[in-house]
Amino acid sequence: MNQFNNLSKGLLRENPILVLLLGTCPTLAVTSSAINGLGMGLATTFVLFMSNVFISVVKDFVPDKVRIPAFVVVIASFVTIVDLLMQAYTPALSNQLGIFIPLIVVNCIVLGRAEAFACKNNIFSSFIDGLGMGLGFTLALVTIGSIREMLGTGSIFGHKFIAEGADGILVFILAPGAFITLGFLIAILKKINKSS
Amino acid sequence: MEYVIILISAILVNNIVLAQFLGICPFLGVSTKTETAVGMGASVLFVMTLATIVTFLVQQYVLTPLNLEFLQTISFILIIAALVQMLEIILKKVSPALYQALGIYLPLITTNCAVLGVAILVIKKNFNLAESVVFTAATALGFAMALIIFSGIREQLALANIPKGMQGIPIALVTAGILALAFMGFAGLV
Repeated sequence: MNQFNNLSKGLLRENPILVLLLGTCPTLAVTSSAINGLGMGLATTFVLFMSNVFISVVKDFVPDKVRIPAFVVVIASFVTIVDLLMQAYTPALSNQLGIFIPLIVVNCIVLGRAEAFACKNNIFSSFIDGLGMGLGFTLALVTIGSIREMLGTGSIFGHKFIAEGADGILVFILAPGAFITLGFLIAILKKINKSS
Repeated sequence: MEYVIILISAILVNNIVLAQFLGICPFLGVSTKTETAVGMGASVLFVMTLATIVTFLVQQYVLTPLNLEFLQTISFILIIAALVQMLEIILKKVSPALYQALGIYLPLITTNCAVLGVAILVIKKNFNLAESVVFTAATALGFAMALIIFSGIREQLALANIPKGMQGIPIALVTAGILALAFMGFAGLV
């Protein structure tokens, strides 16, 4: 029950983007389509649960004073692994996400979970926590990406559902649409959380 | 002429916050008062320019000759973190007045993705050292400008009557969206 709680809290109640407001930069930048959101979400999830597990393993050997730099090095190593793997196996997606893959290093969610959870809990709990937070992040990215893609181009995951030749509301796949979509989504979620 | 184009495109056309989505956290976090926005903008200008010069030289004279480009992310983030720490110590000793003004913003800058982002962008764009410095300073000015405009709007918003669900972050994001829309008007400039 406790482990299930660790997993599920990241999805909605403590959703890193929509409730805790961490990691807004990649959220706004890569969600111009659902598939980009999914790619970014999965890359971050991988880094998040690998670094969570690794940090909970080494937490007893790392002196307290240098723990933040040590965590950053661990996270940066996993980010480099993801970056190189994506360049090799999914070059198109890697091109689309561009600079935001190396920038997972400074995503506050990853360091935040290392500091708040992994350095205090055992390996299995940290693994579950990383997975839950990562999936919550992915869920939010895919939701925002789908909304923007549907409104902006009239398609979903690349499949067009409006008439051939018709255009969507272009502004939603451009920069302003990202801010406006996220703003309204947070407002809606606040309303739901309050009434339940 | 080339430098003027870099300058205009980095400040107005490709504004780092409103068009490239870097540094959103401080943009939302410290923009409730114009005074703090000015302080944050100045600190970012200072740290970003310094960090880019150092990371550029490290890339040019250490990582590339030794074929260690894959260590870029790790080395850059460590350089930035160390630089911010050093700056804090030096400023405290050398110029207490400047430390008073910028001190509280310095630790926040390590986690500002704009600093690391610009350091990587400069390498990706194959700039030389002079172009890198102009580009970085212009980007930081663009960040400061967006932050100051936004804080002015938010000071007014604080007095306005906003529907309950939209208060706080949601209305700030929608405002930022409208500001981004205005900045899109510069798109054809360069």
